[in-house]
Amino acid sequence: MTKGFQLDSKHLPLAATIGLFIVMFLFGSLRYTGFFSTQVFLNLFIDNAFLIVVAVGMTFVILSGGIDLSVGSIIALTSMVAASLTMNAQLSPALVIPLSLLVGTVLGFSMGCLIHYFNLQPFIVTLAGMFLARGLCYLINVESITINNEFFSFMASTRIPVGGGNFISISVIIALLVVVAAIFVAHFTKFGRNVYALGGSEQSALLMGLPVGKTKILIYTVSGFCSSLAGLIFTFYMLSGYGLHANGLELDTIAAVVIGGTLLTGGAGYVAGSVVGVLILGIIQTVIVFEGTLSSWWTKIAIGGLLLLFIVLQRVIVARSKTTQTSIASH
Amino acid sequence: MMKSKLFWPIVVLLIILLINLFFDKNFFTIEVKNGYLTGSLIDILNRGAPLLLVSIGMTLVIATKGVDLGVGSVIAMAGAVGAMTVSGANGDSLVPLFTAIAFVIAISILTGIWNGVLVSRIGVQPIVATLILMVAGRGIAQLITDGQIMTVYYDPYTFIGGGHLLMLPFSIFIVAAMLVIASFLTRKTAMGLFIESVGTNPEASRLSGINSKNILLMVYVFSGICAGIGGLILSSNVASADGNNAGLWYELDAILAVVIGGTSLNGGRFYLMGTVIGALIIQSLTTTIYSIGIAPEINLVVKAIVVLIVCLLQSPEFRKKVFGVFNMKQTEKKSKNEGVSIS
Repeated sequence: MTKGFQLDSKHLPLAATIGLFIVMFLFGSLRYTGFFSTQVFLNLFIDNAFLIVVAVGMTFVILSGGIDLSVGSIIALTSMVAASLTMNAQLSPALVIPLSLLVGTVLGFSMGCLIHYFNLQPFIVTLAGMFLARGLCYLINVESITINNEFFSFMASTRIPVGGGNFISISVIIALLVVVAAIFVAHFTKFGRNVYALGGSEQSALLMGLPVGKTKILIYTVSGFCSSLAGLIFTFYMLSGYGLHANGLELDTIAAVVIGGTLLTGGAGYVAGSVVGVLILGIIQTVIVFEGTLSSWWTKIAIGGLLLLFIVLQRVIVARSKTTQTSIASH
Repeated sequence: MMKSKLFWPIVVLLIILLINLFFDKNFFTIEVKNGYLTGSLIDILNRGAPLLLVSIGMTLVIATKGVDLGVGSVIAMAGAVGAMTVSGANGDSLVPLFTAIAFVIAISILTGIWNGVLVSRIGVQPIVATLILMVAGRGIAQLITDGQIMTVYYDPYTFIGGGHLLMLPFSIFIVAAMLVIASFLTRKTAMGLFIESVGTNPEASRLSGINSKNILLMVYVFSGICAGIGGLILSSNVASADGNNAGLWYELDAILAVVIGGTSLNGGRFYLMGTVIGALIIQSLTTTIYSIGIAPEINLVVKAIVVLIVCLLQSPEFRKKVFGVFNMKQTEKKSKNEGVSIS
C-alpha cells in the first residue's frame, strides 16, 4: 500500500506534466481555429528541436545535483563560430561542423574539471562560463553574421514528409536521435547509473567506490556537447550567428527539465520527461502566437510562473514522502 | 596591515588606477568645473554607484550562502517603474518624484519578498529561485516600457543620478547612506552575527534560537531594495528606461565585487568594505578598458577570467595543489607568524 503510494508520488510530476500538455492542447484547439492539427503538433518539434537537445544535456546535469548556466551562451558561441568559419574563413561544412561541436565540448570539459578538481560550486563556474562564452561571441563579431551557404540552407529548408501532407525538418530527426541515445545512456549504461547515484548522494557514491570525479567531468562535457549541437541546430534554424542568440535560454532549459519531472536536488527524473517539458514550453509559445495580441514577453513570464508551480509541487512531494518514511520508521 | 582582508583588494585597485596614469597624465587631477568637482576618480565613483549599491545587498545574500541572480532584472524593473511614474509629469513639482521613489522601493521590496519566500519558506535553491526573476523580471520590465526605450522629460527625476550636492554627485551620497545603514545594522546590532551564523549552518542557527527563515527573507529584501535604488540611479542618470539593456550583466559584476572583497561564496563571514573596494576595482577596470581603447566587448571575457581566478584562489584544493608543492613549510611558518595573506 505504502509502496504503491510512493511509486505514485515519484511519477506524479511527470503525470502532471503530461496531463497539463493535453489540457493545454485541448484548450488551444477549442479556442483557436486551425490549432488542432498534426502540423501544429509537429511544429512544436521543429521550432524547439534545439531546446530538446539542450534539455537532454541539462537533464544529466540536474540529475547529478548540479546546474549548468552556460548553455544559452554556448549556443550563441557555436552559432557565431559556425557562421564566421563558414562566411569569413570560407571553410567547408565538413570542417565547420566538427569544429563547432568542439567549442561546447571543450568548454564543458574545462568547466567540469574546474568543478571537480578544485571543488568549486557548479553555478559560479558555469556562470563564469556563460559570460566567457558571450564575451567570446563579441570578440568574433559584434554584429550578426548572416550565413549564405548551400549546405546550411539545405539543412534549414529540407522538409521530410511524414504523411498526410505534414512534414518535419532534419533538425527534428537529430533531436530525436539525441533523445533516444540519451535514454539509452541514462538507463542502460554504467555512466547513467553513476549519474543517478551521484545525484542521490555524492557522499554515498564516493563511499561505494564509484568514479565520482570522472562522472562529474563527463556530465559537464556531455552538457557542453549538447549545447553545441543545439547551437548548430539553432544556426540551421536562424541561418545566422549572433552574440545575443538564445539570450536567457538557461531558464527555459532548466524550466523544461524541472517541469519534465526531474528533481532539482538531483537523483530522480527522466530524459523523456524533459522532452514533454520542452513541448509544454513550445505550446505556451504557440498559444501566445495564436492569441496574436499578447506581447511575446508574456512567454518568459508564463515560463517563470510555471517553473514556480512545479518547484512548489516538488517540495510538497518530497516533504510528503519524507513524512511517510518517518511514519513507517516509527511504527 | 598585511593581515587585513582589505590589503590585496586595495593593492589591486591602486595598480589599476596607476595603469591609467600611464595612459592619461591627468587621471588623478580633480578640477572644479561649473561649481562641481570633476575628474576621472569622481567619475568612477559616480558611474560605480549602482554597482556599489547592488554589491552591498549581494554581500549579505552571499553571506547566507545564497546568491541573487535577479538584481539585473530588478534594476530594469525599477528603472521602468520610476520612468513610467514620472513620464507624464512636468514642471517643478516634487510630488511625482517622491511617488516614483515610493513605487520603486515598493516594487523592489516585492521582488525581495518573492525571492526570500521562495528561498526561506519553500526551500528552493537560491540560484534557481532568483533565476526565475532574472528572466521573468526582464519580461515584466519590457511590458512596463512596452518594449520601447522610455525617455523622461522631468528635471527633478534626473537629480537622483545626475544631480550634485556639496560639489559632489548626489548618487555618492545615496551609496554612502546605504553603506552606513548596512554597516550599522550588521556591525552594531546582532544582525551581522545572525547572518554569518545562518550562512555557516542554518540548521544549527535555528536550533540555537535564531529565526533563520526570517533572516534569509530579510537579506533578500535588502538586496532587492539595493538593486531597486541602483536601478533608479541608473535610469535617472540617462533620463530614460530601457527594459532590455538596463542592468544587463550586473549579476556577475556584483558577485565578482563581493568575491574580490574577500567574502566566500560558501557563506559565513562577510566584508562590506571589501565589497566596496571590489566594486570600485570593477568600475575602474571597466573605465580603464574604455580609456585605453581596448574593444569594450572584451570586458565580459576579462571579468569571467577574473572571477574564475579569484574563485580558484579561494579554493583550498587549488591552494594546496599550486602553492602547496613549493612552499608548504613557508606557508605554515607564515600562517603562524603573520596570519593568512591570500584568501
